[in-house]
Amino acid sequence: MTKLRAVLGADGLGGRLKGERLLTPLTFLVITATVILMPAERSGWDVNGVINFLAFFATFVAIYGIFALGLNVQWGYTGVFNFGIMAFFLVGANTAAIITKPPASSEYVQYVGGFGDKLAFLPILGSDQWLPFLFGIAGAAVFAGVLAFLLSIPTLRLREDYLAIATIGIAELLRRITIEEPGLVNGTRGLTGIPRPLGDLVSTSDYKFVMLGIAVVTLVLVYVAVERGIRSPWGRVLRALREDELATAASGKNVFAFKSQGFVVGAMIMGIGGAIYAYANGAVSPDTFTHFFGTFIFWAMLMVGGSGNNKGAVMGAYVVWGFWTITLQLQGYTSEHPGPLGLSLPVVLQSRIFFIRDFLLGALIVVVLLLRPQGLLPEERRVSIWVERHAKGPPGARPPPAEQAESPPD
Amino acid sequence: MAIIDEAAYGRFRERLRDYQQLVGQFFGGPGLFIVFLGVGLWALISRTDAFVIGVVAGSVFALGAIGLTLIYGVLKFAHFAHGDSMMLAAYLAFFALTGVMVGERTDTQVLPWSLSDLPGATEPILNFSFGYGLLIAMAIAAAVMVAVFILLDRLIYRPLRRRGSSIVTFAIASLGVAIAMRSLILILWASFPRFYVAGIRPTTDLPFGVRIVTDQIFIFAASLVLAALVYLLLFRTRLGKAMRATADNPELALASGISTDRVIIWTWVVGGVSVGIAGVMLALQAQLKPELGFILLLPLFAATILGGIGSPQGAFVGGMIVGITEEVAVTLGFLSPGYKFSVAFVILILILLLRPQGLFGAKT
Repeated sequence: MTKLRAVLGADGLGGRLKGERLLTPLTFLVITATVILMPAERSGWDVNGVINFLAFFATFVAIYGIFALGLNVQWGYTGVFNFGIMAFFLVGANTAAIITKPPASSEYVQYVGGFGDKLAFLPILGSDQWLPFLFGIAGAAVFAGVLAFLLSIPTLRLREDYLAIATIGIAELLRRITIEEPGLVNGTRGLTGIPRPLGDLVSTSDYKFVMLGIAVVTLVLVYVAVERGIRSPWGRVLRALREDELATAASGKNVFAFKSQGFVVGAMIMGIGGAIYAYANGAVSPDTFTHFFGTFIFWAMLMVGGSGNNKGAVMGAYVVWGFWTITLQLQGYTSEHPGPLGLSLPVVLQSRIFFIRDFLLGALIVVVLLLRPQGLLPEERRVSIWVERHAKGPPGARPPPAEQAESPPD
Repeated sequence: MAIIDEAAYGRFRERLRDYQQLVGQFFGGPGLFIVFLGVGLWALISRTDAFVIGVVAGSVFALGAIGLTLIYGVLKFAHFAHGDSMMLAAYLAFFALTGVMVGERTDTQVLPWSLSDLPGATEPILNFSFGYGLLIAMAIAAAVMVAVFILLDRLIYRPLRRRGSSIVTFAIASLGVAIAMRSLILILWASFPRFYVAGIRPTTDLPFGVRIVTDQIFIFAASLVLAALVYLLLFRTRLGKAMRATADNPELALASGISTDRVIIWTWVVGGVSVGIAGVMLALQAQLKPELGFILLLPLFAATILGGIGSPQGAFVGGMIVGITEEVAVTLGFLSPGYKFSVAFVILILILLLRPQGLFGAKT
C-alpha cells in the first residue's frame, strides 16, 4: 500500500508523474502522426485523398476550437458553469441556416426566415455570396447572446451549479422545440442545402479549402478578440471573480454584471461556432444536437487542453477531435480489409467502437481532473497588455518573466 | 418638454418597490405553498386520472431525488451522474434477472445461471407483473451500486476533496462519470429499449373510475417507504445527526469528533441503495433505455431544489409536485406531450427566482 502511495504520490492519484514535461509535445505528435498516417495507409498512400481528409479534419478542428474558446471565456476565465453548450450551438447553427437560406418553397420544407436572396446584393471579388453569411454569423451571435442573458437572470446570482442544471434544461427544451414546431426549422427533417459562403468562387471539389480558410480565419479572429479581452482590465475582473467573488465585490465590482457579461460573450462565440458549423456541414438536424456531441465533447476539449488558456482550448479541440476521428477510422479495419501487420478489429468491438470511444472520453475527463487538472497547456498566471508592454521597456523596469500556473484553476 | 414631478415620481418608485417586496415575500413564502396546494387539490378533484398518473410519475422522481438530495446536502456537489446511475442500476437488475448481454450482434446468455432460473421467480406476486426474482435483482443492483459509489468516491471524489477542489470540479467529474456509465450501458446492452416483463401488464381499478397498472401502486409505495426510511435515518439516529452536522458545517463536525469520512461513506451507501431502488422502479414505470438517465436529471434536480437540498421529505414532495404538474398540464392540453419535461424546467426556474432555498430548506 505504501509502495503504491509512493508511486502515485501522497494525494491518491494526484501526485506528479515522471516525464510530465514531455506529455504535451508527445500527445501532439501522436495525434498528428496518426491523423496523417491512418488515412494515408487506408487510401493506399494517395496524397490527394489524404489532403482532402486533412482539409475536412482541420476545418472541424477550427470550428470546435471556436466552441472551446467560447467555453474558455465562460468557464476558464469567468468560472461560469455551462452544461448546455448545445443550446447555443443549436441556436447559432439554426439561426445562421435560416438567415442564409432562400425562402421555404415546398410544403415538405418549412422554416421561418429565408433572407438569403434578398441579402446577396453586394458583390465583392465577383461573389455576392458573402453578405448573407456575415448576417447569419451576426444573427447567430446575437440570438445566442440574448438567450444567455435571459438565462443568466434567474441563475447567476445563486450557487454556481444551478446555472449548470438550468443550461441542461434550456438545451433540452430548445432541441424539443425544433422537433415539436415543424414550421420553425423544418422539424425532425432539419435544414439541408444550406448555401455555402463564397460558394460561387470555386468549383465544388475545391470548395473545402475555401471553407477551411473561412473556419480558420474565424477561429483566429475569435482567438485574437478573446486574448485581447482577457488581457484587458475587463478580463482581469473576470479572472478575479473566478478566484474570489467576495473580494471582487468588495473592490467595488458589480459581480452579477461581470459574470453575466462573461457568460453572454462566451455564448456569442458559441453561436458563431454554430454558424460556421452550419455552413461547413451544409445541413443541421435535431440529430446533430445530442447532449454528448453538443455539450460534453467541448468540455472534454477544454479540460484536456487546459482551461484558462486559449492556446490550450484550441489544442484540446485538436487532440480530442483527432482522437474522435481516429476511432472512426478504426472501424475500417475489418477482417476483410486488415490494417498494418494484418491487424483487424474483432466484430465484438466493431459494433461498439463508438460507445467505447464515448466511455474513454468520459473517463479521460476524470483522469485529467485527477492527474493533470491544468490540462495540456496550463494557464498563464500573469496576463496583462500593460505588463507585457513594459516588459520590453528599459531593463530596470522589467518584471520577472510570466510564470506558469502551479495549481489547478479551481 | 415634459415636466416630471421628481418628488411624486420618487414616492411612486418607493411604493412600487414596497409592493414588489410584498409580492415577493408572499410568493417566496406561504403563497408558494398555497399555490401548489390549490393546484394539487383542484387537479385531484377535476382530473383524478391525470392526478393519479402524476403521482406515479412523481414517485419515480421522488425516489431519485431522495438519493440526490442526500448526496447534494452532505457532499455539497451536484451529482450529475445520478440519472445515469439509476439507469445503470436498472440494467444491472435486468442482467441479474436474465443474464443477458449483447454479444457480437444479438443478445446472448452470458451467465450460465440467472435469477429467473429460480423456481417460481417470475411467477407474478399478487396482481403485479413481476415475481420475487425482480426484488432479489433489485437488491443485487442496489448492492452493486453501493460498491460502485464507494469505489468512485475512493478513486475520484476523495482525492478531489483532499485537494480542496471547488464544488464545480466535482460536478465536472460526475459528468465524466455519467458519460462513462451511459457508454458502459451501451457497450454491454446496446441502445434498444428493454423490459423486465414482456407483454401487457395487469391493471387495478381504483375508486372514482381510475384504472392504473398494478405495478404503479408498488412504485408509489416504494417511494413513500424510502422517503420515510431516509427521514427516520436523518432525524432519529446518531448517524443521521452526524450526517446533518456534516451537511451543515464539515469542519465543525470534524472538530466535534464526527468522523466525516465515515459519514461520507454512509451517504454513498444510502445513495447507492436509493439509486438501486429508483432505477428499477424507473424501468418498471417506463422502460430500460440508456438515454433516459441524462434527461431524467432535470426533473430530479427540480424536485431536489424545490424540496430544499438535503431534505428527504422535501424531495418526496418536490417529486410529487413535478410529476403531478407535468401530467395535469399535458392532460388538460396546456402542453403537447413532447414538452412534458419542460414543466420541470419551468418549476426549477420559478423556484430559483422565488424561493431558492426550496420549500423545506432553511434560508442561508
